[in-house]
Amino acid sequence: MTDVFPPDLIRLIVSFVIVVAFAFTNAAVLVLVERKICGHIQRRPGPFEVGPHGLLQTAVDGVKLMAKQMLVPRNADAGLFRAAPILSFVPPIAALIVVPFARMLQVRDLDIGVLFILSLAAVNVLAILVAGWSSANKYSLFGAIRAVAQNVAYEIPLLLSLLTIVIWVGSFRMSDIVAAQGGFWFAFTPMGFVAFLVYFICGIAETNRAPFDLPEAESELTAGFHTEYAGMGFGLFFLGEYTNMLLVSAIATTLFLGGWNGPAFLTTAGTGFWATVIQTLWFLAKVYGLIVVMIWVRWTYPRVRFDQLLNFCWKILIPISMANLAVTAVWLKL
Amino acid sequence: MIPRPDPTLETLVLNMGPQHPSTHGVLRVVLKLDGEYVLEAHPVIGYGHRMHEKMGEVRNVSGFYANVGRMDYAGALSFGHGHVLAVERMLGIEVPPRAEYIRVITTELNRIASHLLWFGAFLLDLGAFTPILYSFDDREYILDLLEHVTGARLTFSYFRVGGVNRDLDERFIQGTRVFIRRMRSRFEVYHKLVTGNVIFRKRVEGVGVISPDMIRKYGATGPVARGSGIPYDIRRVEPYSVYSEFDFDIPTFPEGDCFARYRVRLAEMEQSLRIVEQALDRLPDGPVMVEKVPKKLKLGPGEVYQAVEAARGELGYYLVGDGTDVPYRLKIRPPSYSNLSLLNELAEGVLLADLVAIMGSLDLVIPEIDR
Amino acid sequence: MTPEEIRQVLEALGAEATLADHPARGVHVEAWVPADRVRDAAQALRDREFLIEDVIGVDAAPEMMVVYHFHRLEGGCRVRLRVRADREAPRVPTIQDIFPGANWHEREQHDFYGVVFEGHPDLSPLILPEDAGDLRPLRKDEKRLKGLDHIVPPPADQGEAS
Repeated sequence: MTDVFPPDLIRLIVSFVIVVAFAFTNAAVLVLVERKICGHIQRRPGPFEVGPHGLLQTAVDGVKLMAKQMLVPRNADAGLFRAAPILSFVPPIAALIVVPFARMLQVRDLDIGVLFILSLAAVNVLAILVAGWSSANKYSLFGAIRAVAQNVAYEIPLLLSLLTIVIWVGSFRMSDIVAAQGGFWFAFTPMGFVAFLVYFICGIAETNRAPFDLPEAESELTAGFHTEYAGMGFGLFFLGEYTNMLLVSAIATTLFLGGWNGPAFLTTAGTGFWATVIQTLWFLAKVYGLIVVMIWVRWTYPRVRFDQLLNFCWKILIPISMANLAVTAVWLKL
Repeated sequence: MIPRPDPTLETLVLNMGPQHPSTHGVLRVVLKLDGEYVLEAHPVIGYGHRMHEKMGEVRNVSGFYANVGRMDYAGALSFGHGHVLAVERMLGIEVPPRAEYIRVITTELNRIASHLLWFGAFLLDLGAFTPILYSFDDREYILDLLEHVTGARLTFSYFRVGGVNRDLDERFIQGTRVFIRRMRSRFEVYHKLVTGNVIFRKRVEGVGVISPDMIRKYGATGPVARGSGIPYDIRRVEPYSVYSEFDFDIPTFPEGDCFARYRVRLAEMEQSLRIVEQALDRLPDGPVMVEKVPKKLKLGPGEVYQAVEAARGELGYYLVGDGTDVPYRLKIRPPSYSNLSLLNELAEGVLLADLVAIMGSLDLVIPEIDR
Repeated sequence: MTPEEIRQVLEALGAEATLADHPARGVHVEAWVPADRVRDAAQALRDREFLIEDVIGVDAAPEMMVVYHFHRLEGGCRVRLRVRADREAPRVPTIQDIFPGANWHEREQHDFYGVVFEGHPDLSPLILPEDAGDLRPLRKDEKRLKGLDHIVPPPADQGEAS
C-alpha cells in the first residue's frame, strides 16, 4: 500500500487542500473584514442584512458571482482573457506553501524560500498584463501598462529590502530567518525597521491597493485591467488580490516581525500540538494586523498620480533601500 | 472638432463617458492622448437635454416652478431664486422682508449642501473613498432641515413670485442653529482628514492653473473665478435680495489651481454659515407672501436680466415678456456651461489623472449644462 | 470705468448706446450694434476686462435679434449688445476668437435658431443630437411671433421709463 500511496504524496495532497481552503477562507473573511472596517471608518455599519451583522454577506456575494455569466467581449483574445484570472490567483496560493505558520506547520521548507515566493509573486504582473491586453479595451490596456511599470519599479526596492534580511541571516530559508529572530525582531533594529517600512510600502504597491491602486483607478480608468470581467473572472481577481495581501503580510511577518515567535515571555519554540497552535495564532495575529493596516490606509488616503508613484519609487525608495543594504553589509562585516 | 482615431497609431483617442465614474452624470469627453498625456479634450454635452428654455416659453410663470428645481440637482434653490427675482424685477413686485430672509437662509443652506456634495465627489475623483461619507453625513442634516420647510429634499420649488411657499417654524430655526454649531466643528475634521494630506496636496497643487484672463475669456464664474484671484461674486458686485445687509467675506485665492478652488469652496461654506446665522438673528416678522399677487402675471412687454450667485457661479435669467402671462423668451445662463467650456484649453498637456482632478475641481453638474 | 464711459466707447463704434435703469432691468448699458461692428464692440469690451456672460437668440418679426451680455468683474457694469439678423438666413459674425467662451453659446444659438455665426470653426450641433438637422426648436410659429419693436421698446421709451 505504501508504494501506491507514498506518505509524501498523501501529505502533499492534504497540504494542498488545506492551503487552497485557507486561501479561499482568507479571501472570504477579508472581504467581510474589509467592508466592515471600511464601513466603520466611514461611520456606517457596513453589510448588515444577510445573517447576524451581515456575516453571511460574503457567502451570498460568492453565490452571486458564481451564478453570473462570464462574458467574453467580441474582440477579446478569448484564450488569454480566460487564462488571466487563473494566472492571478494560482501563484500566490502556490507561494503559500513555503510560509511557516508555525515551527511544525509549513508545507515545504525550501532552502530558497524567499526567492521562491518572490518569483511567484512576480507572476501577478503578468496576469494583469494579460488581462488588460486581451480585453481589447483601452481602459484595460491603460491599467495593464500602469501595472507593468508600477510592479517592475516597486519590485526593486522590495527585493533590496528583503535582501537586507537575507544577508543578515545568511540564508534564504524561511525557517532559518524565523529562528534568527528568537531574541529580537528585525523590525525593531534600525536597519531592519527601514527595510520593513520600504517593504511594506512596496508590498501595498505590489498588491495594487490604494493609494497605489493605479491599475484599477476607478475614477480614471473605470475599473482598469478588470473592466471587462464579470462573474467569477472578476471574482478570481478579487481572490488573487486578497491572497496577495495575505502573502505580502506573511512575508513581512516572517522576515521582519519574528514569524511565529510571540513577544518576550509569551512565546514558545516547542514542537507539540499546543505549541503549534500558539505559534500559529501569533503568526496569524501579526499577519492580520498588517492586513488591517493595509485596509486602513486604503480607506483613508487619496490615490497618488502615476508620475508621482514612479518618482517616489525611483528617487526615494530605491536609494533608501540601497543605502540601507550597504549599511547593513558594512555593519555585518565589522 | 471631435478627434477621430489616428490611423498612424501615434495617438490614442479615448472616449471618456457618457457613463464614466468621474464625469458626474452624462458628460462625454473625447480625449486625444499621447501615452497618458492629454493632447486634446473635447467635451460632448447634451445627453441630458430637456429643453427647459422651450418649456419656459410655453407655460406661464407658476408652471415653471417645477422646472427650476430640475436643472441643478445639487443647488436647486438658487435656480428658483433667480427665476422669481427675474419675474419680480419685471413686474416691480416688492417682496416682504421676511420672505427675502427666508430665501437667503434656505439658499445659503442649499449652497453648503452643494459644496459638501462637491467635496465628497472631488475626493472620490482623487481616489479617496471616505470623505464623501463624512460630507454626506452633514449634508443629510441640511436636507432634513430643507425637507421640513420646503417639502422636498432635492428638486425644490419653494420660492414663489412675491414670496415663499411656507413660513419657517421654530423647529427649523432651532435645528439650523444646532446645525451651524455642528458644522463649524466639522471643518476641523475635514482639514485634518483632507487638507493637510500629503498625497492630496501633491495631486491638487499646481494642477489645472487657470489665469484671470482665461476666466474673462471664457466667462467662468463662481468658485472657479475666485480660485483665480478674481473677487467676482454676484452677491457682492451686484447685490440682489437682502445680501447687502449681511457681513460676509468673498474668499479668493490667487493661485488658480485645483487646490485654490478647493480652499475657496471650503471657506465659502464658512461664510454661508455666517450669513445664515446673521439672517436667523435678524429674521423680521411679517408675512412671507405679498398681499396681492395678480392671478395672471402679465409679463412685459420688455426684458430683464437677473443674475444670482448659484453654488457653481453666476446664474443668469434673461426674461423677455410680450404682454401675455407666458414668457416670450426665457434664457437660462447656467454657470457650469461656461466653466466647462474652458476645459479644452486647460486640459492641454496634463496627465489623465490630472484631467480627472481638474474636472472635479470645476464642480460640474451636467443636467444644469444640458438644461 | 463708469457706464457712461462704456456708452461713449460703444457710441464711437457706431452703436446706438443708451444707459439703462439697472435696478429695473438688470443691465447698465444697452446698445444696438450693426452686425459688421459687433466684433469691434466685443474687442473693445475684451480690452476693458469684461467677461462674457452669454449669447442669446430671440426670434421676432421682422428680424431676429442676437443679444450679448458682458459683465465687468470689478465695479459691476453689465453691457447688453443687440444685433439684428435676417429671419430667413440669419448671419452674424462670430466673436469666438475674441471671447473663446462665446464658442459654445454661439453653437447653442445655431442649434436653436439656425443663426450662422460667420467664421465660427464648428457649428455642428452641441446640445441637440447630431442628427438634429434643421430642427431649430426655439423658432416661433406665426401665431406666437411678435414684433421686435413690441418686445424691445425703442430707446426713447426706455429713457422715459428710467
